[in-house]
Amino acid sequence: MILDFSSQLHYFWALLPEIVVSVTALAVLLLDVFQRGSRGAPSARWVGALAVAGVIAAAIANAWLLTVEVPGQNDMIAVDGFRVATNFIILGATALGLLFSFDWLDREGLRIGEYFFLVLMACVGMMMLGGTRDLIVLFVAVELMSISVYVLTGINRRDRRSSEAALKYFLMGAFASGFLLYGIALIFGAVGSTNLSLVTSEIVRGTEAGNPLLFAGVALLLVGLGFKVSAVPFHAWTPDTYEGAPTPVTGFMAAGVKAAGFAAILRIVTIELAPAEPFWHGIVWWLAMLTMIVPNLIALAEDDVKRMLAYSSIAHAGYLLVGVSAGSSLGRSAALFYLGVYAIMTLGAFAVVYVVAGKGDSRSKLADFRGLGWRRPLLGAAFVVFLLSLAGFPPTGGFIGKLYLLSAAVEAGEVALAITLVLTSLISYYYYLRVMWKMYFEAASDDAPDLDRSGPAFRFATVVAVVALLAAGLFPGHALRTVSEAAEGLTPRSAVVAPAIGQTNAVPPPTAVVHTPADRS
Amino acid sequence: MNLDIENAALILSAFLFAVGTAGVLVRRNAIIVFMCVELMLNAVNLTLVVFSRSLGLEAQVLVFFVMAVAAAEAAVGLAIIIAIFRHYEGVDVDRFNLLRW
Repeated sequence: MILDFSSQLHYFWALLPEIVVSVTALAVLLLDVFQRGSRGAPSARWVGALAVAGVIAAAIANAWLLTVEVPGQNDMIAVDGFRVATNFIILGATALGLLFSFDWLDREGLRIGEYFFLVLMACVGMMMLGGTRDLIVLFVAVELMSISVYVLTGINRRDRRSSEAALKYFLMGAFASGFLLYGIALIFGAVGSTNLSLVTSEIVRGTEAGNPLLFAGVALLLVGLGFKVSAVPFHAWTPDTYEGAPTPVTGFMAAGVKAAGFAAILRIVTIELAPAEPFWHGIVWWLAMLTMIVPNLIALAEDDVKRMLAYSSIAHAGYLLVGVSAGSSLGRSAALFYLGVYAIMTLGAFAVVYVVAGKGDSRSKLADFRGLGWRRPLLGAAFVVFLLSLAGFPPTGGFIGKLYLLSAAVEAGEVALAITLVLTSLISYYYYLRVMWKMYFEAASDDAPDLDRSGPAFRFATVVAVVALLAAGLFPGHALRTVSEAAEGLTPRSAVVAPAIGQTNAVPPPTAVVHTPADRS
Repeated sequence: MNLDIENAALILSAFLFAVGTAGVLVRRNAIIVFMCVELMLNAVNLTLVVFSRSLGLEAQVLVFFVMAVAAAEAAVGLAIIIAIFRHYEGVDVDRFNLLRW
C-alpha cells in the first residue's frame, strides 16, 4: 500500500498501531466500569488480558507498517523502519510491563481498570514520540506520555512515598516541559516552521547559520528531552521518583519513557538537526560524559537495591548518549539495539525487586536480598541474568549492546567517550556483583518473610525476558541486522539535501496548516 | 514600529519565562511552584503568538495545544497535590523528606 498524505485519511493508516492501542485503552476503561459495578471491587482478570491483547494487536499492525510505502518524507509522522523498530521496543516493554505487574496489582489491591488505561495511554504517547517529525507532535506526545506516567507514579494513594514521588516527578516534569516548549517556540521563531523537514532544509540553506535564536532553541530542546531521559545534570528527580513509585511502574517508566525519549532524540537531534551539529554536539558530549560518571559513582554507596537500580538506569542513559554523540548511522543502530536490550533487562530487574520487597514495597534494602538465590532458585537465576546484562557481561544482550556502542564511538572518533564507557562499566560491576554476592553467599536472616509465589503471567514474562536477553547475547546477528536496517532507513537530511542548496527545497508538507516560510522578512 | 512591538513582546515573554523559572527554583510551596510552571507555559504562548504574526498560523495552532495540555496538567497536578496534602497536612516541598531529595 502506498500512503499519500495529501489525503488526510491516510494519516489513519500511518497511525494504525497508535489507534489500535488508543481504542483498546478506551475499551478497557469503559468495559471495566460496566463490569465492576459496585465501587471498590477489583477488576476482572480479563480486563488486564484485554490490555495485553490490544498491545499484541498493535504489534501486528506495526508489522504491517513495514509493507507500506511513503513517497517523500515531509509528513508530521514518520513511516519508516526506525519508527517500526522503536514501536516494537515500546510495545514489547508495555506488554512485559503489564504482565509483570499483574501479581503486584493483586498484592496491593490495586487491580483497577485505570491502571491499564494509563499504561496504554502512556504507550501511545511513547509510540508517537518515536515517530514524530513535527515539533507540535513532539510536544503533544511528550505530554501524553508524561501525564499518564505522573498519575501512574502516584497510583498507590495510600502510600506516602508514592504520592511524594508523583509530586516530585510532576513538578520536575512540568518544569522540563516548559523548557522543551520554549525550545520549540524559539526554533519556530528562527526557522518559521514546526515541520522538522522544513527546519532541516532551512538550516541547510545556511540562512540560519549562527542564528542565536536557533542555537538557544536547540539547547532548550535538549534540556527538555534531557530531563525526560534523566541525563545528568537534569537527573535530580530520578532516584526519588524511581524509589517512591510503585515498583512495576518504575520498571515501565525506566524502560518505556527512556526508550521513547531516546527514540525522539535520535530522530530529531541526529537526523533532523544533523546540519546543526556544531550547535548540539558539544552539549550531547558533555551530557554523555557526566551521565556516565556521576550516577555510577553514587550507586557505589547505595544500599537500597531499588534506588541503586535507579542510578543504574541513569548511567544507562549515559551509555545511550554515547550512541547519540557518535551521530553516525552505526551510532543510531547501536543505540537502538541497546534500547531494546535495556528495556527488557530493566523491566526484569525491577520486577524481581517488587517480589522481594513484599507487600507495601517496603523491603528493597540490600540485606533483604540475602539468600535469595537459595530461597527462590529460579527467580534468583533470572535476577542474575538481568544484573549481568545490566553490567554488560557476556553472554547477555547487555554485553553485545555495549560492544556495539563502543565500536560506534570509536568509529566516530569519540575515543574519550569510549574509554569512559569502559571505565564506568568496570566501576558498575562492583554494585551489581555485590547484590549477587548477597544473594548466594550470605544466608537470609531467620525472620525473613516468605516471598509470594509468582503467578503464571509473571513467570511467562520472566522466561521471555531471560530468553530474549540470552538470545540477544548469543545470537545477535538477526537483531543487529534489523536495527542497522532500521537506522539505515534514516538518512541524514544533510546528505540528501546538501547538493541541492539554492533550489527551493521540497514540496510544502500537506498538513492542514498553511506554511509560509518564504514570505517572512 | 511593527517590529518594535514584536521585539518588546518577545523580551516581555522571555522575562516572564525567567520569572517562572526562578519561581520554580526558589519557592517552596507546591502550589506556587505549579503556578510558576503555568507562567512559563504562558510565556511561551506569548512568544508563539508574536512569532505567528510574521511566520504563519502554525504557532497559533500550537498555542491551542499548549492551552489544552496545560489544562490537563493542571487537573493531574492539583489531584496529586491533594493526594499529598492528605498525607502531610501541607504542601511545602521541604516537608516531603521520606525520599532523599
